[in-house]
Amino acid sequence: MSIARQVLNCSRFTCRSAHVTCRKTFTTSQHVMMSRHTHAKRIEGLDKNVWVAFTALAADPSVVNLGQGFPDIPPPSYVKEALAKAASVDRMNQYTRGFGHPSLVKALSQVYGKAYGRQIDPLKEILVTVGGYGSLFSAIQALVEEGDEVIIIEPFFDCYVPMVRMAGGKPVLIPLRLDVSRCHADWFLDPDELAGKFNSKTKAIIINTPNNPIGKVFTKDELQMIADLCIKHDTLCFSDEVYEWLVYRGHQHVKIATLPGMWDRTVTIGSAGKTFSVTGWKLGWSIGPEQLMKHLQTVMQNSLYTCPTPLQEAVAQGLLLNYELMDQPECYFTSLADELEGKRDRLADIVEEAGMTPVIPEGGYFMLVDVTALNQDLSHMDEDEAYDYKFVKWMIKEKKLAAIPVTAFVGEESTKDFEKYIRLCFIKQDSTLDAARSILKSWTKV
Amino acid sequence: MGIIRNIAASLVLLRQSSVKNNHKVIMSRRLHARRTDGVDKNVWVEFTQLAADYKAVNLGQGFPDFSPPQFIQEAFCKAINGGPQMHQYTRAFGHPPLVKSLAKFFSRIVVQDIDPLEDILVTVGAYQALFCAFQGLIDEGDEVIIIEPFFDCYQPMVVMAGGKAVYVPLRPREGSAILSSGDWVLSADELASKITPRTKAIVINTPNNPLGKVYKTEELQMIADLCIKHNLLCFSDEVYEWLTYDGAKHIKIASLPGMWERTVTVGSAGKTFSATGWKVGWAIGSGNIIKYMKTIHQNSVYHCATAAQEAVAHGFEREYELFGTPESYFQQLPTMLHHKRKKLASCLESVGLQPIMPEGGYFMVTDISSVKVDLNDLSTKDELYDFRFVKWLIKEKGLATIPVSAFYSPEHSKEFDKYIRFCFVKEDSTLDAAEAILRKWSQKE
Repeated sequence: MSIARQVLNCSRFTCRSAHVTCRKTFTTSQHVMMSRHTHAKRIEGLDKNVWVAFTALAADPSVVNLGQGFPDIPPPSYVKEALAKAASVDRMNQYTRGFGHPSLVKALSQVYGKAYGRQIDPLKEILVTVGGYGSLFSAIQALVEEGDEVIIIEPFFDCYVPMVRMAGGKPVLIPLRLDVSRCHADWFLDPDELAGKFNSKTKAIIINTPNNPIGKVFTKDELQMIADLCIKHDTLCFSDEVYEWLVYRGHQHVKIATLPGMWDRTVTIGSAGKTFSVTGWKLGWSIGPEQLMKHLQTVMQNSLYTCPTPLQEAVAQGLLLNYELMDQPECYFTSLADELEGKRDRLADIVEEAGMTPVIPEGGYFMLVDVTALNQDLSHMDEDEAYDYKFVKWMIKEKKLAAIPVTAFVGEESTKDFEKYIRLCFIKQDSTLDAARSILKSWTKV
Repeated sequence: MGIIRNIAASLVLLRQSSVKNNHKVIMSRRLHARRTDGVDKNVWVEFTQLAADYKAVNLGQGFPDFSPPQFIQEAFCKAINGGPQMHQYTRAFGHPPLVKSLAKFFSRIVVQDIDPLEDILVTVGAYQALFCAFQGLIDEGDEVIIIEPFFDCYQPMVVMAGGKAVYVPLRPREGSAILSSGDWVLSADELASKITPRTKAIVINTPNNPLGKVYKTEELQMIADLCIKHNLLCFSDEVYEWLTYDGAKHIKIASLPGMWERTVTVGSAGKTFSATGWKVGWAIGSGNIIKYMKTIHQNSVYHCATAAQEAVAHGFEREYELFGTPESYFQQLPTMLHHKRKKLASCLESVGLQPIMPEGGYFMVTDISSVKVDLNDLSTKDELYDFRFVKWLIKEKGLATIPVSAFYSPEHSKEFDKYIRFCFVKEDSTLDAAEAILRKWSQKE
């Protein structure tokens, strides 16, 4: 302590005499000073992030980017027009209601009232957040703490685990398993294995349907199994449904909150970014019963208070427009799914042509690809990393094609089951998919 | 063993049936996380609602009722109509054009090479920058010194981070009449006495909300000396940095020797460009500290909206070129507000109220102790005087303001319950309407 003080006193004295010397002296004493400036314990071990690493790698414009999940197709023009219009109104450039811009929460109440088959109170049962991400954060911060366990299904959108840990909770992982016995391979949750993960400490289970990265759309029976366990063990359910409108033929999106006994214990998360192909707007929402939502609102009012106004107004307009068109082909929720189904099939063909095995997604805009058949030798790369990490890094560098390694979405124990997969995003222009095709074609020719 | 299992089974059955019969019965154990305890009340939620309900002339919440400047609106329009990438994710810690223009702009001011990628974090308003600072740097049991009166969010943010708030009030100087925010001062001894081995940080706000105090170099140096002596962090909320009046000069504590490496300086595009609804803010500081805030950011919101950041980047490019000239918005806005501040002050004085002239910021605090009214509203009888007064003023006179004790700690609020806060960043027509209400009221007396 006294040595530190001596160094500090020394540096202060030097500082007074010469500003230049000051800087240099501080570099030495900085070390001593900084040792007190430790970060809060809550962020321990949470600084790594797959996106920060791989987005930088894929940023090279010569790389064909099927990695990070954002469209390179334009959003519907009416949504951009609505934003331009909102921005031209004085009042729309100033603060709006903290828990959600009135016209937006009303529109959400309308659209989801229909989807849920119940009256949703726009003021008490809805919270507008900074993306689906912000909703996950608000829910976890509001309802998870030290001593709580949270069940997370692998593969999971990578933020679930660090968010639960930051809230002091303990992530309990359970993998989706591949059943190859059926003619069409299926990913499923083993009921006994799942039941075994629930105990008296289980505070919540996080589900994601349609799932990122696999694209699984949970069936009603599967959701009922989860619901039965939630009710039996009195746990909450955080249902990440950001890809809810992107469900392909033969499948149906089911909201777990609509199953008996589930409304009161579920927070359902949605995203304007995914709904309207405007990920850069970062608007999302949580919907649930007042007794849960009020705590999310408390987190909101103590973290960022309110979301941007003109963006919320524009999303409200977009929702109202599509509400009128619901179930019709012109409805963006339908037309986007149609468009993406075509792209999904196109990418699957491209991948198969190249000798790899696609996992055909039932929903969402990602496709898992099994790269085993390529037999790519990566022994020259860092031994510590999982195969898929090495593969993707190699592929970006050597082939100028970006993907995301799937083990980023699983815990350590499941790494060996998932490291043969990479994730490709197909909400891309046909030209982008064509460019990917060229790369893959020339690759296998070698 | 068998009996226990039977009992356990029946309990599960009982709970199951009670859930089936009454879906509202969930979570026989604790539902919400402890971090949300005691931070659910919020003065804005309450008073914004009241002002709306009574359609009051709103000099309460701090936002302009005039438009942002033309050039920034055009920049936003341009961004909206820019390529598809304007509507998709940008860099998580800040859109590259924005962090570059912020680094360039502020490097010139603090005379420090600010690294755009390491030393800047763009956030959803200055509010989220503060949140990241508290969450990233304050741990259970850490003490944080807050200077009163304070923007109300500092206290719940400290609490939510597990910290303990320690308060030091600005006090009116002994003797002379208190005519200006400059007459409210911090006692060096009192401040020093609040520092303990557990003190982690001090939060300062200059220009201050609600008083409008603009800390002078000597005052900041006093605080800096203590920060250096006790190895404290400094969170400096400077959202109103361009709004200083009567020659008062805004000084950045981070520019004082020994302070760059321990200070997080928070800024706001909303206040800078009169576009509070855009919610774009930033934290600037040494990369060693900003990196912890980045971890919070990447695990809470991750990205901020792209188009607004693009527009703000253009705003700063423009201001960089025009800095110090009459065309600079950073000159024009304070000039415009200077006149409004004077207008509101005269209006308050003419009806017998005593405004404290703010040296900076959006707000004017007024002493209401000389006003005699019968606050006969039973619903507010247990509240502090200024809360009751403000509610009465909204309901009976249709004029919305904010009670200043909301900006004080529970232990000191009773000492400061005779002040209300007016926002003067409003169209002249709004100020005129407020004036009409006040005149009418004073004539009746």
